[in-house]
Amino acid sequence: MIPFTKLRGRVAVLDRAHVDTDQIIPKQFLKTTGRAGLGRGLFFDWRSDPDFVLNQPASQGAAILIAGENFGCGSSREHAAWALLDFGIRCLIAPSFGDIFYNNCTKNGLLPVRLPAEAVRGLQTAREIEVDLAAQTAGGYRFEIDPFRKQCLLEGLDDIALTLRHQAAIAAFEASQP
Amino acid sequence: MPSAARTLFEKLWDRHVVAQPPGQPALLYVDLHLIHEVTSPQAFAGMRAAGRKLRRPDKTFATMDHDVPTDARPFKILDSEADAQLQALAENFRDFGVRLFDLDSPEQGIVHVIAPELGLTQPGMTIVCGDSHTSTHGAFGALAFGIGTSEVEHVFATQCLWQAKPRTLRLNLEGELPRGATAKDLILHVIGSMGTAGATGHVVEYAGSAVRALSMEERMTVCNMSIEAGARAGMVAPDSVTVDYLRGRRFAPGGGSGLEFEQAAAHWLSLASDPGASFDSERTFAAGEVAPQVTWGTSPGMVAPVTGAVPDPAGIADASARQAAARALEYMALRPGTPIRDIAVDRVFIGSCTNARIEDLERAAALARGRRVASGVRAMVVPGSQAVRREAEARGLDRIFTAAGFEWRQPGCSMCLGMNPDILQPGERCASTSNRNFEGRQGAGGRTHLVSPAMAAAAAIAGHFVDVREFA
Repeated sequence: MIPFTKLRGRVAVLDRAHVDTDQIIPKQFLKTTGRAGLGRGLFFDWRSDPDFVLNQPASQGAAILIAGENFGCGSSREHAAWALLDFGIRCLIAPSFGDIFYNNCTKNGLLPVRLPAEAVRGLQTAREIEVDLAAQTAGGYRFEIDPFRKQCLLEGLDDIALTLRHQAAIAAFEASQP
Repeated sequence: MPSAARTLFEKLWDRHVVAQPPGQPALLYVDLHLIHEVTSPQAFAGMRAAGRKLRRPDKTFATMDHDVPTDARPFKILDSEADAQLQALAENFRDFGVRLFDLDSPEQGIVHVIAPELGLTQPGMTIVCGDSHTSTHGAFGALAFGIGTSEVEHVFATQCLWQAKPRTLRLNLEGELPRGATAKDLILHVIGSMGTAGATGHVVEYAGSAVRALSMEERMTVCNMSIEAGARAGMVAPDSVTVDYLRGRRFAPGGGSGLEFEQAAAHWLSLASDPGASFDSERTFAAGEVAPQVTWGTSPGMVAPVTGAVPDPAGIADASARQAAARALEYMALRPGTPIRDIAVDRVFIGSCTNARIEDLERAAALARGRRVASGVRAMVVPGSQAVRREAEARGLDRIFTAAGFEWRQPGCSMCLGMNPDILQPGERCASTSNRNFEGRQGAGGRTHLVSPAMAAAAAIAGHFVDVREFA
């Protein structure tokens, strides 16, 4: 996984609540057997509208997406996180996220930042903001993150390698099962 | 005493913790890992690249459901990408030694339909699948949740997952469902009231007299849509209904009979939440107030009783909800104040992991018997599995459907998610027994209304939504 430490980047604002993963990456892009190139499918249906935020000149090159509550609800498709990353997004800021989507982001070096709705609104007018994972700040606001996830993101740790250190415990657990 | 009282969820959680390093989530053991073609290829690629083997192929089962056409078989998959994905699955399962119920298998079907009917899903288990509707299996008193592809790979390699302990929410569904209202209406009513993020971060236990009265298939419908309330998982405590369902199932303990089965059953019945066990939150709903439901928007929480009308966004106090409702009505091409019963449909889909089991098809067939699908409406019935299809045909349901003008198709996810040839055309409006009415979910520009199987069948016949309670 690519580590996430500190990022200063351009902001795009998608001011809609309950954006589901079907919108982030529609079904026709899920037939791939790889992870690459999914950026072209990101928000595919909405991007046909020239007024859509990611089509605005101000959003070009955005690395930070500011979204509405419950962003990434719905389907478990990790393609949503891969598509955002492939498009160049490294950090998401929203009042809340879908649970599975939140997990998927953290497994791919895409930092999901939960901030209170007022703080998210406050950041919507920024052109560029700085996100510092070690300090747990985004645009000057402090955010909370599980310390274990934080460490994995900072170091770009591969979960599986980490878990395999617990081989003996797993084997013991299996041996104890009827 | 109260400190010793544990919830169903806590009992399952405690039994599956392999390691709990300080300051970290728990390492949780996975008893059953279900696989389908869409969310597994990248996980297998990762395993190959790292030269890893599956830790427990014996606890891993796969089927093909999302991509598959539902035409008469054998068919030729015309979509080369879908074909490549199905080929990759078959190859991966040969190479990694996993049991695959492929398209030629008499057990093939939607992953969340076949695992219960084969008896793979059992109370007390931890069950995961790269699919958000894995919550379905919680109906058996299992802890079952959807995971992403990175986690699929993690389970392949370790049979475990790192999990932060979720919060618990008990939903007490009390009283009796009125005539004409089904498990689907019950869960849509709950989601409409709680919102699609109402249970985020929580494992829900469905309890109360209305839940106890549900059959296993109805409990699966309820648990299936837990994710639509934002929940990590939904569960129902095992009882005699659960035990009776599993008796005689092929992969149940002892093949579903004998001493081994009875011992397992006794254990299952001990898993219920202890009296006095405390939940992080609790809510109570009166089942008696539930009417047949129809969604009007692009989120499952945007729902109204069939006797109601499309709401006016102007009357919604919360700015974000108001904006979302206005946007939804624009997408759905609906005017505020339109009675739900005046909404005409072009397509009807009866199927999906929510509502494609035999009882669902029975309810739809009861409405279809001796009637005709309205002219201009295309209606399809897609059984959830080959087993459901066989049973339906043995009961003559296929003949009732085809005589009424419904298409009787082969098992798969079909039009629930539009990853196969069954899709809506832009602008088409569909009464669907599936679980999501998101924009474009059933096909770009398609408009989905979520309903129960009986409501879907009645809409097919009338050509618009009707109240099944008055459908004579």
